[in-house]
Amino acid sequence: MADLDMLDNDEPLLVANSLSKSYGRIAACRDVSFSLYSGEVLAIVGESGSGKSTLLQLLSGQLAPSGGHVSYRMRDGVSRDLATLGEAERRFLFRTDWGFVHQDPAQGLRMAVSAGANVGERLMAVGWNHYGRIRDTASDWLTRVEIDVARIDDAPRTYSGGMRQRLQIARNLVTEPRLVFMDEPTGGLDVSVQARLLDLLRSLVAELHLAVVIVTHDLAVARLLSHRVMVMKGGRVIETGLTDQVLDDPREPYTQLLVSSILPP
Amino acid sequence: MTAMIDITDAKKTFTMHLQGGIELPVVRGVTFQVNPGECVVLSGPSGAGKSSILKMIFGNYRCDSGRIGIRHRGALIDLATAEPRQVLNVRRATIGYVSQFLRAVPRVATIDVVAEPLIVNGMARAEAQQRAGNLLHRLNIPERLWQLPPATFSGGEQQRVNIARGFISDLPILLLDEPTASLDAANRAVVVELIAEKKRQGVAMVAIVHDDEIRHLIADRIVDVTSFAAAA
Repeated sequence: MADLDMLDNDEPLLVANSLSKSYGRIAACRDVSFSLYSGEVLAIVGESGSGKSTLLQLLSGQLAPSGGHVSYRMRDGVSRDLATLGEAERRFLFRTDWGFVHQDPAQGLRMAVSAGANVGERLMAVGWNHYGRIRDTASDWLTRVEIDVARIDDAPRTYSGGMRQRLQIARNLVTEPRLVFMDEPTGGLDVSVQARLLDLLRSLVAELHLAVVIVTHDLAVARLLSHRVMVMKGGRVIETGLTDQVLDDPREPYTQLLVSSILPP
Repeated sequence: MTAMIDITDAKKTFTMHLQGGIELPVVRGVTFQVNPGECVVLSGPSGAGKSSILKMIFGNYRCDSGRIGIRHRGALIDLATAEPRQVLNVRRATIGYVSQFLRAVPRVATIDVVAEPLIVNGMARAEAQQRAGNLLHRLNIPERLWQLPPATFSGGEQQRVNIARGFISDLPILLLDEPTASLDAANRAVVVELIAEKKRQGVAMVAIVHDDEIRHLIADRIVDVTSFAAAA
């Protein structure tokens, strides 16, 4: 974080090159290209149906593109095309170097096992086997996401929506991933719960120097968390730039419409 | 002397697509330089484009044409064409901006709001908080408020927190948008003093101030923005 010159020179972590996806005659995502660097937060904004979530699935290798490719710089420094990774390699990436925070925590958690096990499971997947250490690390992470450690043995189905979302974040970050995908992480939460979660995400992202691709339709979330935004409409990126540039000086008609639709706080 | 800011023929127009695509010319032909240790005050009536020019220098507003030259780590970078990552690096290491209003982050304590720019640049938290405390002290924010988030403070208190946050870093360029607008005489004097200190440290500044007395105290040179008025 401190060494800015290194930031100037390093290689991108994730590169999307002319990514497209069509379902029959419907193009959900057309010709999307960008590079994402370590520590950089990119927000993808746009309304429902603009192709945001499809793009997120393409980037995280959950969906195969109809055209173009995605490459990721692995921990050994070598960039690999996601399409050439085997299923086992891809799953390993997902368990270690990547995180994925779903809008609905039930999709990212195992609702019937304890909170401690939800966090510990990711550690066991990367070879941790000392029960005491796993439990200690899980407790640490619950504290970091502001969950009372006394609740460690309770299953997330007994948690509130905000707590579930914070638990999902702990589960994702415990393996110290370098890249985290987030799909509307604050969607469906009360406004006060949202503010707390955003604040927590903001500090964790900075502390851990995470690269993040976050899909949101909420421009306030984009402003608070992201360095750069891509505005999508009809599967295309119609405007991109520094977050404050795009939100304070929007150029495209659609972006101006989105920005002007925000209710004043 | 090597200028820190070197703007040449910069132009800005807003196109309002939601209002039938009308073009709103803001400024054109903006050309001036700012040297280290110099405070340039932009003058002109409301709506003349002073804030827009400040935002163009910060890379917040994009230019239609022209050049926004910024000396960043010894090299000249054109912010009008720079990549987002470069703009962010320039903001982290070279240009500070004191806006009119504090964009308050919920839940973050005042002392940390002020210390954050130093921590981001790698300073240890304790040292950064120490410096933040000194500045808050000078700006007459009582210590009992330091651990509270500034969201509930009065307008004047929020502005002083904002000024502390803007002045805490040792950045070579500082942009000031009405830094004294809602302050009492004592705090205005503190801000004038802070600006004088920055000058002695060689910081290049561009400021907007409506108060004639303050302008007289801080300006080394006045740039009349009406000369950049875009013909409507």
